[in-house]
Amino acid sequence: MGLAAIHLTVNGRRHEVFLSANTTLLTALRDLGYTDVKNGCEIGECGACAVLLNGEAVNSCMALARQADGAEIVTNAGLGTMQDPHPIQEAFADAGAIQCGFCTPGMVISTKALLDRNPDPTEAEIREALSGNLCRCTGYGQIIEAVRLSAERLRDLTSSPASSQSEEGQEPASEKRVLASGEQEKAGGDSK
Amino acid sequence: MSKVTPKPLPKADLPELKQVGKPLRRVDALGKAVGATVYAADFTMPNMLHAKVLRSSRPHARIAKLDVSMARELPGVACVMTGEDVKGAKLNTDLPGQTGREARAGSDAPVLALDVVRYVGEPMALVAAETVEIAEQAIRLIEIEYEDLPGVFTPEDALKSGAPILFEPDNVVSRYAIRKGDLEAGMAEADVIVERTFKMPFVEHAYLEPDGGVAWVDEQGVINIRVCTQVIEHFRSIARALGVPQNRVRIRGTMVGGGFGSKEDITVEIFLAFLTRDTGRPVKLVYTREEQFAATAKRHPFTITHKTGVKKDGRITASHVTMTADSGAYPYLTPYVLLYATGMAAGPYKVDNIHVDSVAAPTNQSFTSAFRGFGGPQAALGYEQQMDEIAKALDLDPLEVRRANYMQTGDTTCTGQAVTSAIWTEECATRVLHALGERTPDTPTVKIGRGFANTFQSYGRITWFHDTSRAWVGVEQDGTVVLRCGVPDIGAGQSNSICQIAAEILGVPLERVTIYATDSAVTPLAGTSTATRQLYMSGNAVTMASTAVRTRLVGRAARELGVSEGEIDLSDSRAFVTSDPSRFVELKDLVHLCAAEGIELSHLAQFNAPFTDGLDPETGQGDIWPDFTFGAVAVEVAVDTETGQIELLRCAACHDVGRAINPAAVEGQIAGGTHQGLGYALMEEFVLEDGQIKTPSLAEYLIPTSVDFPSTKVIILESGTGVGPFGAKGIGEPALTPAAPAVANAVADALGLRIESLPYTPKKVLETIERSKQASRQDAEHAKKKQDT
Repeated sequence: MGLAAIHLTVNGRRHEVFLSANTTLLTALRDLGYTDVKNGCEIGECGACAVLLNGEAVNSCMALARQADGAEIVTNAGLGTMQDPHPIQEAFADAGAIQCGFCTPGMVISTKALLDRNPDPTEAEIREALSGNLCRCTGYGQIIEAVRLSAERLRDLTSSPASSQSEEGQEPASEKRVLASGEQEKAGGDSK
Repeated sequence: MSKVTPKPLPKADLPELKQVGKPLRRVDALGKAVGATVYAADFTMPNMLHAKVLRSSRPHARIAKLDVSMARELPGVACVMTGEDVKGAKLNTDLPGQTGREARAGSDAPVLALDVVRYVGEPMALVAAETVEIAEQAIRLIEIEYEDLPGVFTPEDALKSGAPILFEPDNVVSRYAIRKGDLEAGMAEADVIVERTFKMPFVEHAYLEPDGGVAWVDEQGVINIRVCTQVIEHFRSIARALGVPQNRVRIRGTMVGGGFGSKEDITVEIFLAFLTRDTGRPVKLVYTREEQFAATAKRHPFTITHKTGVKKDGRITASHVTMTADSGAYPYLTPYVLLYATGMAAGPYKVDNIHVDSVAAPTNQSFTSAFRGFGGPQAALGYEQQMDEIAKALDLDPLEVRRANYMQTGDTTCTGQAVTSAIWTEECATRVLHALGERTPDTPTVKIGRGFANTFQSYGRITWFHDTSRAWVGVEQDGTVVLRCGVPDIGAGQSNSICQIAAEILGVPLERVTIYATDSAVTPLAGTSTATRQLYMSGNAVTMASTAVRTRLVGRAARELGVSEGEIDLSDSRAFVTSDPSRFVELKDLVHLCAAEGIELSHLAQFNAPFTDGLDPETGQGDIWPDFTFGAVAVEVAVDTETGQIELLRCAACHDVGRAINPAAVEGQIAGGTHQGLGYALMEEFVLEDGQIKTPSLAEYLIPTSVDFPSTKVIILESGTGVGPFGAKGIGEPALTPAAPAVANAVADALGLRIESLPYTPKKVLETIERSKQASRQDAEHAKKKQDT
């Protein structure tokens, strides 16, 4: 098995790597240090390893690295950082859509791909777009809510260019946020 | 079930708080959102080796040959170990975490099989090599010869005489007997006796993050293990297996990508410890998904029979419950899972005359251990399906039958333990039923059904384990707060909850609190993230530590402001006079005032759970748990009688969580737990045939996706009566328990028939319908013959 040189542009950084023919894009990315790309199953069933390959969401475990030669790849960490999170990442954090967080990078990538082509998706469209991303913690409800919130915030950003993204990003978590699907009753509360 | 009105809630005093009770963004959320959180499999070390495990392909066999010489000679292989090399080391699988209890059930599995393998997937040898590929190649070079032994594949068979003995002397892994009241008299008093049997399958945890870790030996000779685990206190069991002092093993837990009980067992860490000690080099081991299915614990299959005596109005006069559980090839936590199921066998109902007889036996199949609920969900599938069967037998509304039997505060469980907190069974049930709204109409081929379940579930560990948790809280010079606590965060918000509590008590915003967690050597040990215990245990420890620091701050502020201590409150990073908030001192200035007088601004606290002695060996009577959480789920399903497909149309879940420390996190627990329960009922079954795994991947073992079920409507109740901080009860495990029996009852309502075993696959639905048609045809023929004669 000979090694071949391939070029990958990941999150704007260009890499030249020497890989064998059967190296998956997942392995190549993780070996390069992009460990936000998660390995959950290696057979394309869980979606934790999703990345944007030339703008399309793909499971990186199902692509050979050589097939991505010359391609632009964006991982979740390429969308935003702790200091400057992407509005989708921010929405996931605000909506309570993150529990263990292992599916989150793939979920964010699938959300980005969805909202790039459909800025105002219905619940059914959101569910369909995330159907290849497994989550074992949340039951998906708060994730759906996060996608809705992402779409809303991204639409606000594009409709009012005056409000910059960084201002949006620094807004503290709202205490008045309405629970995604729930209601809360305290003892003695009126229970109509 | 006709229209249901929510039962009004009793009065309770819940003070409005600043940090607690708010759906704040969790402290761990942003790091996870942007991919900055580093998980166990993401770590690498200089000069690191990669490990792989050789696993048994036979369910029961003598190892006639295990020749590793070719593997050892492969270039790039640093180490190959077999059962001989680990000198018969055992896993202390049955008592994880810190506990004052020394006596163990003795249910040890070997670290590596020696002479005999007992299940497909049992570890037989380890390889550490320069690359993953070389390690895999070396595994393939190991020569094995098996001599197959007769296997046993059901616990019932294991208990027959002549069965292969997997657990000395008689295959009884554990057995319990509860004797409360007078069973015979109770049965004699009954108008009707209802007897039904219910069965549950093996279930896989299927968390997204495979088990993994990296270990190395540090400059002091201490074995360090970085691993995703629910139990950092496993360092003690690992030290025992290695034969080294307990202070020579250190576990540094990572953020856990889901655990649900399976990361309560020792997984990769024991292999890593042996390999790094042997090679002197860092070693990494991460399981593949296929290995997850073969090598880690499953939920226990149970068969549960309820024989219940009832009056015509639904009151239960006597109950006899029998349970048989499959422990798989090794006991692991089976003795305690069975105890949980046994102690919760009667459900949240007052049953004065009850016997419970339960037994667990081994099979040559995947071992079973903890899984969210720990036997509670299986018990609930017994008692809640039985409640509906009783309603059907008496032609009563299912809610009516439950109303006739609900426990009240002060009533006792089947082990005689009095429940001291609020019991909001009917409050929960009426709310979920109300939430379903108008009933969807049937079509000629699609039958609509509705069902609900009322369950209870303990939180906190078994009280004779002498459970404790510790936390350290300190205020920095700039008024920020540091929390040190050995709590493993398995994704449910364990870290965040205790940060919100510290923020509340010390009067700072949540973002001013930083937590350092999950290191067995440098963070105060907080016990396991299991048994729905962390909010209760570590929440109370953090409350104690924060309150101690607060008291000192308040004392100094009172002197500074010239008022009594009772007039001072802390909020928004300042201490102020409650009657005149314009008189205040900033927290950072208060810290300097304290420092100048040598007033200690940190505190280490230990919270002890109530300690009890255990159950009476004759009657099984006594206290088992600190407290219980009560909840309910209702669902509406559509059953297609032609295809056997079941569609979940609506789902509502309601739990009394005492006090929601973070309502968004509580909603996540309830929605997520419910979803797992729905999967349990409708989709999930880990299938073994003659001990061979038939569902080895996520392509065969299906878990719910985003398109399988609608979102659950979550209703959070707060009685304020729990034994956790601010009156909180635990919700992690209780969230799952009612969902599966609610589905079972809805499907029975739709079909007018009950399917005996979970999950309700289309095939099983059609078979059940067909069997019932045959039965009614036979009945009709019978009746006709009778008429003719």
